[in-house]
This record gives sequence, C-alpha cells and structure tokens, in this order.
Amino acid sequence: MVKSELELSWKDLEVGCVVSEPGNASQYRTGDWRSVRPVWDSEKCIRCGVCYIFCPDMAIKKTEDGYFESDLYYCKGCGICSQECITGCITMVEEEE
Amino acid sequence: MGERVGIEVSLAAAEAVKMANVDVVAAYPITPQTHIVEHLSELVADGELDAEFIPVESEHSAMSVCCGSSAVGARTFTCTSSQGLALMNEIVFIAPSMRLPIVMILANRSLSGPLSIWNDHTDVMSIRDSGWIQIFTENGQDAFDHVMFSFRVAENPAVSLPVIMNMDGFVLTHVIEPIEFWDEETVKRYLPDFEPVNRLHPDNPVTMGAFGLPGIFTEAKKAQDQALINSKPVILKAWKDMGDLVGRYYKPVETYQVEGAETVFLSMGSVGETVSIAVEELRAQGKSVGQVKLRLWRPFPFEEFREAVRGVKQIIVIDRAITYGGPGGPVASEIRSALYLEENMPTITNFLCGLAGRDVTAEDYIAMFEKTEQMAKGKVRQEDYIIYGVRE
Repeated sequence: MVKSELELSWKDLEVGCVVSEPGNASQYRTGDWRSVRPVWDSEKCIRCGVCYIFCPDMAIKKTEDGYFESDLYYCKGCGICSQECITGCITMVEEEE
Repeated sequence: MGERVGIEVSLAAAEAVKMANVDVVAAYPITPQTHIVEHLSELVADGELDAEFIPVESEHSAMSVCCGSSAVGARTFTCTSSQGLALMNEIVFIAPSMRLPIVMILANRSLSGPLSIWNDHTDVMSIRDSGWIQIFTENGQDAFDHVMFSFRVAENPAVSLPVIMNMDGFVLTHVIEPIEFWDEETVKRYLPDFEPVNRLHPDNPVTMGAFGLPGIFTEAKKAQDQALINSKPVILKAWKDMGDLVGRYYKPVETYQVEGAETVFLSMGSVGETVSIAVEELRAQGKSVGQVKLRLWRPFPFEEFREAVRGVKQIIVIDRAITYGGPGGPVASEIRSALYLEENMPTITNFLCGLAGRDVTAEDYIAMFEKTEQMAKGKVRQEDYIIYGVRE
C-alpha cells in the first residue's frame, strides 16, 4: 500500500507528478465519500444482478449463494443500485457518525 | 568552429533547430514568427531534416502536440507570437507542471488590442508565472546560440522543464545579420541525446497529467517551484560550456560600463544594443552611467542582479509592457521587489517604451536619463512609472 497523499511531502513526489505504478487507483478508498450505504433485503432479492450491472464503480460483488453485497472500501453510496433494483430490495441506510 | 554567414535571424534560428536534430515540430504560423516555422517546414519537406512537422489547426493544438511528443521522449520544438501564445495559454501552464522539456521560440509581439503585429514584450509577460525557464536574446548570434542552449538546459534530467527563448519580433526575426554557425562536431559535444526522466511507453506504463486533489496540490506546486529554482546551476553550466566551446560567454545578468556608475539602465532583449550606444554617448559627456541587461528572466537571477547593481544609486528600468492600473511595468516591479530588503536601495525610475514597435532611439534613452536626473534633483515630480513619448 502506498502512503496516503496526506503523508507525502513535496520531496516524495515523482517528477511531474507522474504515477509510475499502473492501476494504483484501486488503492484509493472512495468509500470515505459515502453518507448512505446500500442494504439488501434477501427476502425480496431475486438475484437478477441488475445492481451489479449498474454500479458505476464496480463496487458490488456476488456472494457464494448468489446474492449481492457492496464493497464498502469503494462504495460511494450513490444509490444507483437502489434506484435500479427491480424488486426494490435495496434500501439506502444513513451511515452513523 | 563553423562558418560565418549573412542570414535572416529567423532562418538562422530554424537552421539551429535543425542542427539540434529535433524530432517533432508542431506549430501554427503567426507574424512575426512565420519565417522560422516556414523554413523548418521546408527543411522537413526537402528531406534535410528527419523530423515530424505537424501543421496543426491552432496554437492550442500546437502545444498539446508538443506535450504528447515530449512525453514519449521526442525532442520537441514550437514557435509562436502574441495572439498565438494567448490561444496556447491553457497548455503553456501544463507543460512545466508535467516537466516536459519543450523548447519554444517566442518571437515577441504585442498582444491585441488595438490589433498590432509589432514588437514589445506584452506576450511573454502574460505567461510570466507559467513556470517555464525564460531567457531573452539580444541579437542574431545570441539567438542562434540559445537554440542549442535551450535544448540542453530543458532536457537535462536535473531540470526537465520547458524553455522559452524570447527573440524580438521584426527587430530580430526579420533582419539579416552575420551569424557564426556551429559545426556538427560542436553541436554533438554540446548537446547530448534526449533521455527523458519519464517516458510514455507501453512496456512501462505510467500516468502523466493526473488529477491533483487539494491534499497534494500544494506539494506539487512547491516541487515545481523548487525545480525551476534548481535549474539555475544547470543554466550557468550550459553557458560556461558554451563559452568554452564557441568563445561566447553569456551570463544571467550582463553589464556594460558599470564600473563606478551611479546610474544604470536595465533592459531585456534587443533594445540593449541601442541602450549601449546611449551609455557611450552619456559617458562621453562625463556622466556616470552604465548598463545592466537581464538575460535570464526565470528563474530570476536575484544574486547576480543584486551583485551587478551594488553601489548603484539610480536604476532606469526599461519596460516593454504595461501593467494596467498597477505598480509600473512588470520588470520594474520585480526589480523593486528584488532590492527591497537591500541596504542603500537605489532609486528606481521606470519608463514604459517601445510599445508595439514604436522606435526608441539612443537619443530617447538619453532623454530618459536626463528626465531621471531632474527627478533626482527634485526638479520634476518623482513618478512610479512614465509612459515615455506619449503625446499629451
């Protein structure tokens, strides 16, 4: 894991702020942005995968039993999954302080 | 050493770019830069220069192409003036932040309006704070030499910053001068091959020009500021080595007849030669006058400048651009600032002149000296700046 950007001094930066490690955007915790999180109701879920398809950040994973859950490291709480869910099984729940 | 030939300075500059074995030229024609780019286009078309000449649709694209080609490790050149630089503006600031060692000749011309094609320094002053290394040339030989210098400094891995070589429009670009060309061996010895610090290449993927969040932006700017400051030793070495090779030793701050001078003129670019004539004339009249010329504008040579004016009582700063509603010309503002904490700070008078091609003769500089003397004696009110020669 690279240093958080808030720990970097100006001397740590690469020349021209080049990012020399390909794909390291995956280390960025966009989950910090979230104020609400999706919660699935497995009673209503038909395992269709629409939430998985619509998630713009690929932050929804399929579980072993075929249901879906969000990866809270990346999930920004945008609510698109909840909006698109056919059976209305995803509720956006306030994150606690 | 090479041959001495009578040639238009623009063509000589283009020949120097050819001799530097540039890989990519991306430019859009604009007066008075045209002959430089036109000649490079001919050299490529005639097979004399093995380079990509990219006739872009605008200067915005010209600088964008330059960023791309420099990023893959191609030696890159462009050239513009005035409105072209204005259109290029967005990318002009991006090139140094990405540390791309592009070389640009700026054939200095006034920014509109009124629409003008003639020479002054308003174009370069508009991008003063863009982060490029900025130098001024005084004559044709100087311009030829500094094409080589610009590539050498820009591409040095310890620098990796773009360089603007200022060359006064028409006054330099369109005159024919005797210019001593470098021979190939000298160019080879002076200018190593370009090895970029970072290179866009599929075998070793990197991201250039990424987003900078508030948490990192300040550090990025500090690193960029320090990079420009740190370029100075490389700049000095490049001048020293050039002197050793071709016998012409350039300096960040150059002086003429300053020994014991109470008053000095300070100028940048081609007007320096006319000022020298005025200085000789005034010396002949027994006046204690000398001359200081700023060749290096960014990074600003504080140390050398303070040393050059030590003991001087009065500095007459010649500005070729207006700072509307501001503290005087941009050069004078910086000179005042550079001397503010010095003991026995000299008095600074500021004349804005030679705007958009208006002739300024040696007699005019003598008149400026006389006006300065009167101000010093309290005979005329001391003013922050004077727009010289304006009709009331």
